Formats: sequence, C-alpha cells, structure tokens
Amino acid sequence: MAERYMLAVFDDEHSTIAAVNDLVASGYRPVDVYTPYAVHGLDRAMGLSRTKIAMACAIAGFLGAGAKLFFQYWVAAVDWPVNVGGKPLFSLPAFVPVTFEVGVLLAAFGAVLAFVWTSRLYPGKEHFVIHPRVTDDRFVVLLEEKDASFEHERVRALCMKNNAIEIEERPMRPGAYE
Amino acid sequence: MSDSLLTLRPPLIGGRKTPGDVTTDVAGPTERGVTWKWWAAFLPALAMLGLGFVAIGYQVMTGIGTWGLNRTVGWAFDITNFVFWVGIGHAGTLISAVLFLLRQKWRTSVNRSAEAMTLFAVMCAGIFPLIHMGRPWLAFWVLPYPNTRGSLWVNFRSPLLWDVFAISVYFIVSAVFWYIGLIPDLATLRDRASGLRRKLLAFFAIGWNGSMRTWARYEMVYLLLAGLATPLVLSVHSIVSFDFATSVIPGWHTTIFPPYFVAGAIFSGMAMVLTLMLIARSVMGLEHYLTHRHIDAMCKLILATSGMVGLAYLTEIFTAFYSGNPYEQFAFANRALGPMAWAYWIMVSCNVLIPQIFWFRAMRRNLMVVFIIAIFVNIGMWFERFVIIVTSLHRDFLPSAWSSYTPTPIEVATLIGSFGLFFTLFLIFCRFLPMIAIAEIKGVLHVGREEAHHG
Repeated sequence: MAERYMLAVFDDEHSTIAAVNDLVASGYRPVDVYTPYAVHGLDRAMGLSRTKIAMACAIAGFLGAGAKLFFQYWVAAVDWPVNVGGKPLFSLPAFVPVTFEVGVLLAAFGAVLAFVWTSRLYPGKEHFVIHPRVTDDRFVVLLEEKDASFEHERVRALCMKNNAIEIEERPMRPGAYE
Repeated sequence: MSDSLLTLRPPLIGGRKTPGDVTTDVAGPTERGVTWKWWAAFLPALAMLGLGFVAIGYQVMTGIGTWGLNRTVGWAFDITNFVFWVGIGHAGTLISAVLFLLRQKWRTSVNRSAEAMTLFAVMCAGIFPLIHMGRPWLAFWVLPYPNTRGSLWVNFRSPLLWDVFAISVYFIVSAVFWYIGLIPDLATLRDRASGLRRKLLAFFAIGWNGSMRTWARYEMVYLLLAGLATPLVLSVHSIVSFDFATSVIPGWHTTIFPPYFVAGAIFSGMAMVLTLMLIARSVMGLEHYLTHRHIDAMCKLILATSGMVGLAYLTEIFTAFYSGNPYEQFAFANRALGPMAWAYWIMVSCNVLIPQIFWFRAMRRNLMVVFIIAIFVNIGMWFERFVIIVTSLHRDFLPSAWSSYTPTPIEVATLIGSFGLFFTLFLIFCRFLPMIAIAEIKGVLHVGREEAHHG
C-alpha cells in the first residue's frame, strides 16, 4: 500500500538545517534527509541517535587480538614447542606485534561490516533515487504524511520560508526510501 | 563563532567554487577520456613496467644469483627498495588518517590521491620480499595454515614474520579506508553516467543514496578507520625497523630505529606526495583545489620531518661514540669516511641540508623549487636505506671477510620496474577514479570564505 510523502528540495546546507530545525520544532520529524556530503549539525537537528558502530569495532578488535594471542601461545607452547636455549615457550613480548596487527585488522572489518549491515548497503544494490542531483548539489528533506494531522500548507510554508526551491508530493511504498 | 575566525585565513579552495562546480571539475576528467599529456606520462611508465617484468621473469627463472650479493653483503638492493617503498606509503596514511584526527581541513584536497599512492607504494614494496624468497610460488608458506609438514608453523618470534603481518594488514586496512572514502564519490559519478559505466559504478557504489542516516554512520566508520590507521602506520615502519634493530649488527642494533624510521618514512612519503601532486595539478588542471596553501603545508611537514631525520643521524653518531663500543664506533666512522662515504654524504645533503631551503616562504611558493627539492628528498631517502643496510654489512667483524657491493643491471631494472608499476597504477587511478574526495571538498568549501549565514 502506498503512503504519501512530501519532498522539499534545497540548494544549500544552511537552509536545509534551518528548515529541519523549524519542522522538528513544529512536530514534523523528517523521515530522512538526503545530502551530497555529510552536513555537520544536521544529524543533531534530525535527532538521530548515536550509532553503535564503535562498539562493534571494539568487540571485533579485542576478540581478534585475543584469538591471535591464544593461537600464538598454542603454536609456540602446545602444538610444536621448540626449546631455544631454555627460553620461555610463551614469550609474550615477541607475540605483541602480530597480536596488535591482527587486532587492528579485525577492528577495521568489524567497523566496516557493522556500517554496511546497519545501512543495508551491499555491492550491486539498486539505489533509491530521491532526486537525480542529490549526489551533486541538492539537499532533500523527506516527510511522511502520516494522517490527517499533517497540515500541508503549514509544512509547505515552513519549507518555503527556508528557501526551498522545489516541493513535491510523492506516493511511495513505506520503507522504499531505505 | 569559530567559523568567523576562519575568514582570517585564505580560502582552502580557490575560484569561489560551488558544490556543482566541484562535481563537474573532479568527475569531468574521468568522463572525458584522456589527453595527450596523460599518454605522454603513461607510455613511459608502461615501458618501465615492461622492463621490470622482463627483469623479474629472468631472475625468478635463473635465481637470485643474478644479484650482486656476496657472502658478506647478504642484504642490499632489494631490501633497500622494500623499505623505501613502504616508507613512501606512510605519508598517504599520515594525510588521510592522522591529519583527519587533527582536524587539518586542507588534507581533503590531497587525501584521495595520497591514499591511492599508499596502496600502490605498498604493492611495489611487496614485490621485493616476494622475489627475494627465490621461489615466489611458495610465498604462501609465510602464512600460518594447517599443513602436511607437521603442522609446521611459522615462527611468530621472527621480525620478518611480523613484517608479513604488518604489511598485509597495512595494505588491507588502507584499501578498505580508501574504498569507504570512495563510495559517496562513486555514487556521484554513477548519477552522471549511463550504460555499462553506470552499471559498473552502481555495483561499486553499493546502493549509496545520500541518506543522512547513512552519512552519520559513515562519518563514524571513517573516524574509526582513521583512529585505527594512525597507530597502524606507526607500527608498520617500527616493525620494518625491527628487521634491523633486533639483530646484533653494529649500525642496526639501536633503539632509536622505530621512531627514526617512522619520521623518515613520513619525510620521504611527503616528498613523493608533492612530486605526484605537482604533476597531477598541472596535468589534470586542479589548480583551484591544490592551492599554494596545500603545497606550503606539505613543505613545512617536509621541513619538520627533515629536522627529525637530521636529529636521528646526529643521535646515532653521538650514541656510537658515547657507547665506547669499538664495533659501533667503527660502523659509523666507516659510513661517513669509508669507501661508501659518497652514499652517506648524498643522504645527508639531500635529507638534511637541501630541505632547509623550505625555511623561506618565497621558496615554498616557487613550484619549480619545491618540485626539485622533493626529487632530492626522494633520492636522499632511498640512499638512507642503502647506507643503513649496505655500509653496516660490507665491513663486518672480520677484516678478511670485508667486501663491497655493486648492483647488477637486473637489480637496477627491477627498481625501474617498480617505479613503472607505481606510475602506471597511479595514472590509471587518475584516469578512472575521482582524484579528489568530492564529498569531502564540498563540506569544506566555506572554509575561509565570508558567510552571511554564520553566527
């Protein structure tokens, strides 16, 4: 079932942030905003919650480093112990560099996989076109017209006040914008 | 507000560009096809690469007896090249990760190509240990995998194995960082393209649609990767220096090596970035994006790291004489005054003396001077590795074993081939991918411009 959405197009980051601030203040939280670059302050204006990617990164990193350290211990002291002049089999300082490198590698993988997973991105994905110039120089605020309480004229006026250059209403399947 | 203070500085990007202009300027060259200037650079690079292929093919089939090594000098040309190329890569990570964490906004104009340079330099570096194995088809033996020989594991206590892990992880993480940075720009290119080109770009742009929710996560993952790449880059050249520092050879066995190698790596890499940027700037017409301000900042970094390298040279000499160890003292006296003193003094002049010219602002603004000094630094840093490796070995503890070293034409051809590979890959990159981070530049266009909206 298609829902109705309203799109407001801007050509400048400052107008976009101002419009989002006004809309949120009037109780119209945008579903999403589409921008050609990361606009600082827009995430706060939209009220986005902080991402947990850092957690995934840390967990993957520590697990990777721990596993690698254990593997080195197992190789050097359990599976094939070599006595080199009576030196300790589990020679921890010599195992630090590889442990560190593998920890960094796994942390990077963890962060990137968490990113593509939570953003639902994958190679070859058909992208959703909100506006043909959104990767060039246009900023689009997407609003859902939830129910009768959505006052078209008021929203339109709020956008126009902030120099929207184009306003469009578009029926879409819910979630089609993801 | 803090932004109003920035108007005191010159703008980062010249020519009063709009976001739309940035898209056209950067995406344009990848769409229009190549100019004669590109071919004029590409064909010689390809010829050098061809020469390298022939040389590598010959030495792999014949064996590394084709090198000028002998019983005393067992490491020389190819390890020099390996350390040289790894070092070159480090400036790319410095620019992309360290300067990102330090909020140096000027880096946005150079980071994409500097990261590409890192990848290509690490590829060049990888060739040399691979050939040095003698039987490169058995290279997978360096990986710890269950095998039918025991399992006989790799020696995790060996710095050479640490190298394997450090360089591989460095390459993979740099490639991931570079690709993540490319995704929004690939989407920009995709939305301008049609046909097969669009399909290809759409595949690699992984469905990017500019959503701010994605951007917020993207910023976080970029920050995390920068935070990971920063200690990584310090670890990589430290580990490369362990190849030497953990041995008992006078001239190698010193604790100063890790920081000294890292400073030298950033020094040489910055010179290579400048060399490439000055060429790319004029060939690709990016004068508004790579302004004098960028070049000035890089010159100052060269000057600073030159000072660090110079301090390391002095510290090494001081430590050798203060130690009272006659072997250590001899190694340094032999470097500066022995039969290979010419290499030592080339190193000192190119790395410490010549870069002092950058104290003068007028010289930092003269692009010809900057280019020439950058070339000198490249040469000097190659000689630094040569001096460290060969002069420490050729006169060892037993005078009857003393020897010298001369590279064979095969070794020289391999070095030329690695430069061919580097430039070929870099030129292919310039041709097909956006050389400048489009999305990042759009975010810093306002820096240094008067903005009525702010306040």
